[in-house]
Amino acid sequence: MAVFDEELGNLKGKILNLGSMVEVAVRDSVCSLVERNSDLAKEVIEKDHLINALEVGIDEECVRLIALRQPMARDLRFITTAMKITTDLERMGDLAVNIAERAIEMNEEPLLKPYVNIPKMAEITQEMVRDALDAFVRGCTKLPYEVIKRDDEVDELTAKNFSELLAFMIRDPKIIPVAVKRTYVAKYLERIADHATNIAEMVIYMCKGKIVRHMESPEP
Amino acid sequence: MVENKNIFEIKDFNIYYGHFMAVKSVTLNIEAHKITAIIGPSGCGKSTLLRSLNRMNDLIINSWVEGQALFHGVDIYHKDTDVIELRRRVGMVFQKPNPFPSSVYENVTYGPRIRGIKKKSQLDETVEKALVRADLWKEVKDKLNESGMSLSGGQMQRLCIARSLAQEPEVLLFDEPTSALDPISTTNIENLLQELQKTVTIVIVTHNMQQAARVSDFTAFMYLGEMIEFGETDTLFVNPQNKLTEEYITGRFG
Repeated sequence: MAVFDEELGNLKGKILNLGSMVEVAVRDSVCSLVERNSDLAKEVIEKDHLINALEVGIDEECVRLIALRQPMARDLRFITTAMKITTDLERMGDLAVNIAERAIEMNEEPLLKPYVNIPKMAEITQEMVRDALDAFVRGCTKLPYEVIKRDDEVDELTAKNFSELLAFMIRDPKIIPVAVKRTYVAKYLERIADHATNIAEMVIYMCKGKIVRHMESPEP
Repeated sequence: MVENKNIFEIKDFNIYYGHFMAVKSVTLNIEAHKITAIIGPSGCGKSTLLRSLNRMNDLIINSWVEGQALFHGVDIYHKDTDVIELRRRVGMVFQKPNPFPSSVYENVTYGPRIRGIKKKSQLDETVEKALVRADLWKEVKDKLNESGMSLSGGQMQRLCIARSLAQEPEVLLFDEPTSALDPISTTNIENLLQELQKTVTIVIVTHNMQQAARVSDFTAFMYLGEMIEFGETDTLFVNPQNKLTEEYITGRFG
């Protein structure tokens, strides 16, 4: 079934395309905040519709392949994985937009304190997204398991960021509006990392047919 | 004692046509009141294996078997086996609908009459019951005296099922029962299989993998006479364990 193989290859290509668009959106949204560049933030917001359109296109392609090719076994797992991770990627795009929106608002205000936790979180989160997509391309490796493990680091940083900001807010209630926005941004990044974890879990399912969602630290 | 849920127990079973080994060392249990599908490419031995379950292969000159094939724990191929009785208990429906060239009524009562049932009321009852079970009664109840050959393909196939059911079998073997039928008749037969499962055990050979996926509880994949993989249908079609199975069901064979 050479045509079907080609179609599956095209589908994979589209997902990787979507993945790289999302990676750029996440990177730029964090940059727009840390470098206080609101033009870049606006660009992220304006480009989101491209991500949405590609997501819809991939979904339609998956449904078409299921209807016309009646995929079985690894093909079936590949297509169902494609549908699910596309949703995760699209949500990441939305969260990048949320970061960009907060960036525009926060860039209007004086800098509360230098950004420390957020760039760290962003770095780990972006690595997780990249590795999750790599795992999707390369298939059965240890990579998806590592992505799942790294989610804990992001969770810890989210909590750390929150308690630090809380201390600031108690000392000086005037900064609450802008400090709360900072906690939002950390939360958005934490959610992006969760979506990367979802992708890694789906990749394991795709490779092994084993569902590892809702498991504490799955092992290969 | 726990009741044995396996109605057939096949172990290290070989079937030969002369020197040709058509089925090689197959081990397989068939569970009662389940639908077991056997899939595989043409010539893989799946029909041969199916036909061995009620000794239809006896009719093929030069065919012989080795190994164990038990029906309710009793050797199917034992010299004392009453083959006629075996085939009453283990009925068969073929690819091409093959009603007898006689009336619908006579088709269904053929078996019971051979068994010596003569009473009209009893035969009437058998006909209605079998046709209801085969989901054909509503369509033919006013034309029981018309020829079975005058029915549509799907109806003829259900008539053949009714004819088997009139024998009160425990097992029905189906060899490609819908490959000559249109999609609607196919759906009717598939729905019927699921209904019949409550009262009989079903083994079905099919080329249509989607059909196996739709109707069966267990699926066996055969290739070149060997049983490559056997398991729950859900697992076999979503996450097969054997590479050959994977290649076959994803259409990347050879």
